[in-house]
Amino acid sequence: MSPGASGDVVAPEGLDGAPPTDPASPDLPSAPGPAGAIAVLRRGLDAAPEFRVGLRATVLTAVFSAIGRLTVPLLFQQVIDRGFRDGELRVGFLAVMCSIAIAVIGGVWAAQRVVAMRLWRAAENALYGLRGRTFAHIHRLSISVQNEERRGALVSRVTNDVETIAQFLEWGGINWVVSITLMLGTLIVMLIYAWHLTLFALLVLLPLFPIMRFLQRNMVRAYDRVRTNVGDVLTEISESVMGAAVVRAYGLEERTNDRIRTAIGRQYRSQVRANVFSAIVFPTGDMFGSFAVAVVVGAGVWWGPGWDLSAGTVVAMLFLISLFLEPLAELSESFDHTQNAISGFRKILGVLDLPVEVPEPEPGVALAAGALPVVAKGVSFRYGPSGPLVLDDVSIDIPAGHHVAVVGETGSGKTTFAKLLCRLADPVGGKVFVGDTDLRQVAAQSRRDAIRLVPQDGFLFDTTIAENVRFGNPDADDAAVLGAFAELGLDDWLARLPDGLETRVGERGDQLSVGERQLVALVRAQIGSPGLLILDEATSAVDPDTEQAITRALTRLGEGRTTVAIAHRLSTAETADLVVVFDAGRIVEAGTHAELVERNGIYAGLYGSWLGNTRTA
Amino acid sequence: METTDIREADADASMGRVLTRGLALIGTYVRLHPLPFSLAVSGAALYAATTVATSVVFGRITDRVITPAFAEQRDGHGIAGATVITSMLVILGVALLRGIGIVGRRFFAGMFVARTQATLRNRVVEKYQRLPLAYHRGNPTGELLAHAEADVDAATDLLHPLPYGTAVILIILISTVALVATDWVLALVGLTLIPVLAVLNMRFTRRLEPLARAAQDQVGHVSNVAHESFDGALVVKTLGLEDHEARRFDRAAHELRVQRIGMGRVRSIYGPAVDALPGLATIALLALGAWRYSTGAVTTGVLVQFASLFSLLTAPLRVISYLLFDFPRSLVGYARLRRVFEEPVRLPEVTRRDPLPDGPLDVVAHEVSFRYAEAPVLDHVSMRVPAGSTVAVVGATGAGKSTLTQLLVRLADPDAGRIEIGGLDLRLADPDAVRREVAVVFQESFLFATTVRANITLGQAVSDDEVEVAARVAQAHRFITRLPQGYDTVMGERGVTLSGGQRQRIALARALVRRPRVLILDDATSAVDPTVEARILASMRQELDTTLIVVAYRNSTISLADFVVFLADGRVAAVGPHEELLATVAAYENMVRAYERAADADDEAEIEADDIAPLDEVGR
Repeated sequence: MSPGASGDVVAPEGLDGAPPTDPASPDLPSAPGPAGAIAVLRRGLDAAPEFRVGLRATVLTAVFSAIGRLTVPLLFQQVIDRGFRDGELRVGFLAVMCSIAIAVIGGVWAAQRVVAMRLWRAAENALYGLRGRTFAHIHRLSISVQNEERRGALVSRVTNDVETIAQFLEWGGINWVVSITLMLGTLIVMLIYAWHLTLFALLVLLPLFPIMRFLQRNMVRAYDRVRTNVGDVLTEISESVMGAAVVRAYGLEERTNDRIRTAIGRQYRSQVRANVFSAIVFPTGDMFGSFAVAVVVGAGVWWGPGWDLSAGTVVAMLFLISLFLEPLAELSESFDHTQNAISGFRKILGVLDLPVEVPEPEPGVALAAGALPVVAKGVSFRYGPSGPLVLDDVSIDIPAGHHVAVVGETGSGKTTFAKLLCRLADPVGGKVFVGDTDLRQVAAQSRRDAIRLVPQDGFLFDTTIAENVRFGNPDADDAAVLGAFAELGLDDWLARLPDGLETRVGERGDQLSVGERQLVALVRAQIGSPGLLILDEATSAVDPDTEQAITRALTRLGEGRTTVAIAHRLSTAETADLVVVFDAGRIVEAGTHAELVERNGIYAGLYGSWLGNTRTA
Repeated sequence: METTDIREADADASMGRVLTRGLALIGTYVRLHPLPFSLAVSGAALYAATTVATSVVFGRITDRVITPAFAEQRDGHGIAGATVITSMLVILGVALLRGIGIVGRRFFAGMFVARTQATLRNRVVEKYQRLPLAYHRGNPTGELLAHAEADVDAATDLLHPLPYGTAVILIILISTVALVATDWVLALVGLTLIPVLAVLNMRFTRRLEPLARAAQDQVGHVSNVAHESFDGALVVKTLGLEDHEARRFDRAAHELRVQRIGMGRVRSIYGPAVDALPGLATIALLALGAWRYSTGAVTTGVLVQFASLFSLLTAPLRVISYLLFDFPRSLVGYARLRRVFEEPVRLPEVTRRDPLPDGPLDVVAHEVSFRYAEAPVLDHVSMRVPAGSTVAVVGATGAGKSTLTQLLVRLADPDAGRIEIGGLDLRLADPDAVRREVAVVFQESFLFATTVRANITLGQAVSDDEVEVAARVAQAHRFITRLPQGYDTVMGERGVTLSGGQRQRIALARALVRRPRVLILDDATSAVDPTVEARILASMRQELDTTLIVVAYRNSTISLADFVVFLADGRVAAVGPHEELLATVAAYENMVRAYERAADADDEAEIEADDIAPLDEVGR
């Protein structure tokens, strides 16, 4: 659809080209914020119940891996303290302890293989379910959400945002649970072994946590700055590239180069600065660990004998402290993934929470065959709850079989009006009647069969021409498709294509020209035998031959049907039964072409300048 | 697209070639910035040495401090306070050195990567400034940006693991020596474990890598399906194809799930093994060690030293397989950059700086020829535009009009023939004077993301009054004053919220404010309403004394010119007044009529009735 589809105007609030939305959330809504990570997790589990299976597997993995890793230090302590009697090796004891340890580690190995597989399967099932449900939900949303500016954001919901969760599961999520279990398990073992030494170690480690948080927070901020600077560099470069002709013709090369160099320099410096934090964060844990080890050694050998500790215990403590701190580094690495995943999840939930605004009636009224009358009564519409009115009290009465041309500037509301006629959204005020039935009461299938919109870009799917036409009527066989081409006088055009009906059109139909796409879209409308046609005329230039084919096809397509054309060429208006002029969301003039020219109002002005543009005196 | 390149790179080069080429690329980068690289590697070496030293210290302390302290079960302390303090200080000292090593390694490694990226980025951008405009037009903006951003990142990706990788290799070497020197029997356990883990990790990566790439491709496919489907939302909704689309998306998402589960299978085979092996090795070490201890060959400390070395080794060994992971990706990225670097440059050379004569300037082309990429674009074109006159250059797409425009403002020099302005060969003229006196306005009216005023002045020192006069002549003053901040309104990117006609009028004001003596409009009013266009030309003639060359398609524009130069296939096919050519030159008539028909469908001339200023407002 044209930019006018979203009702944008060259008006104060729209400088960034975004549709009028709640100023606080320029993008699509996220799930409400303050609830925090736990709430997101809880609602996420409702949105993708498959995660519950994964959660159990994760906890199992964590416990197993904690057991596996704690085995070695425990064995060490046992052997050092109890493996020798008077300098003699207790072979039996050693054999038993080593066998137990091997059995435990081997058991954990075997169990992990099963649990890990279950975990991956559960995670992927959950992601798959979440993706599919979000995608299906997005298609059910009305055009007041699904507009052009948001399309990229919507694609992100089912790709990037789901990927952040996948990344999190792969690198962060399991880590969290495993790391925390491991740390807790280690702590418990340490306390059992030597609670005095553990308290010493914890006392030393205590300041580490606020320090890590501080560094972490600064690091995140520093990387935010890097991202901003990267954005600036891209902006500068893209200006220099897109405006290359202007830059050269006006001798701005030096100025442009300076600006880019400055931006790149800024990015470099911010990268180096952020790098300071990431360079320090990592060894900080390491340093504190060694500090704790030193204190444990000191305290252990000084007071240990008095506390009835053994040499084996102190040695085991050395290992346990590094075991306790090891997950910390991994945790700090998972931090980013976690934050991304939470914000990604929040965005997905935000979309899933959007209500389906166009509920279908059950079972609904079926529309009669043949040309349909259209009546709009006091119709108003706005995009989003707080946007300005794009349509304001629009009323019109179109008898069955009439051809109507809708005329107006970009942003006048004419395209939005056309969309309401095929119920891409419901009006916020007033009603639309088609075939004397409130459009809201019409059964979905009947509405789709009887009302056809031909969008101006003639959007096609990446398949053959035949398949694309069949989207208009799934029951049509090749003969019927060929027949539809012939009815619109397009058989010649079809015959010139390399593979005829089987010609593949490419992504979005881009193997065909704009005009040719429009032709296929017209046939797609024809094959469904609708009673009401909404035509959004193409604005892009089309070569003269195709232009003639389109004009001929349009004429034939409109025969015996009610048509509403959003006219960009006033030649359509010249031949229409009724011309309706939109301005700022209202109908300001209506009548035949001749009447309106006579009246010498807005339409006459438009027509005059259009004449001057296309025809020479 | 990038992924296909990678697959090609995989196919045409064996792993060995990738390795040598990757190392060569690293060499190139190191030569660019040797200092941060050497500092990073020194940090890595310090880190490696102190890591092994940590395990040695643990062993010694076990033997000399912990064991004696507990062996002498007497009342007092079995060991001197000074020894305890010393051992604590040694632990801290080694830890401090290790910390310094890590910080140095990470900091300078990051600096090395960032500096290399900045250098490459600057090179790309500087090259863009010197490449002919045809290059910018011939490549999508997205691709040009990708070279400066994503490709530079990809090309330097192989540097990230480099310093840590160096450290890992050093750790393995040093610890092997340390193990063998301490006890060769126990060293055997270690010498078995290291290669087993390394091989296991390598196989793991090798099996995972193709799956990961395929899955990454599939992510792209899922994204394409979603994009296409949401793009076609209107069709999907009006034809009720929601379920069809959901099924299509489901197929793609299902395929991705299958591939990811395949990756999970590989992970769940190798992951637990990699976790378990060091533990098993440590048990073997302990069993062997206990026997060696009972024979008096080793002390407890040696056992502790070995065990702690094993636990220190596992993490680095896990990373080793990722060292070469990014090589193919980086090579592809750098190959793409090299294509930019090696693109031929054809910039006009400045040999002399003769001033342009005073007074009105005429424009003459003498037998001008120009080729682009071996194809002739202009072929012996001659024309003469008398000072102060208005000439229309007309021709079909590809006839050479835009190239001629570029030669007239010296964005390039002709291959043969010459262009004279005011009788002076353009090649001898002072380039700054040419920029000042000869202005061009293009059809694509690019606006910078800054204020309307700055878009008009483009950094020149001109008064607000002059800006306003230029805007009035360009019929832009009225709509500019209606913008939220008037002349200080900042344009959204590419001026998205202004109509095409409004953007063109701002671009026109940009040229007019410089009061050029020659003005070239390259289809620069195509989106302006013809009535407005006529007013613009009228007030321009009233305000400025300029020679005007217009490249035009529209009848209404062409008919405003004194005479027409008709270009066909790079040659001048006819010259004369519009009406005369219409009557006498059939090809000219056909072309003009074809554009007239096409213009029927051309909405670019947006209807902007609200902007038409009454004539008396023009010019003050």
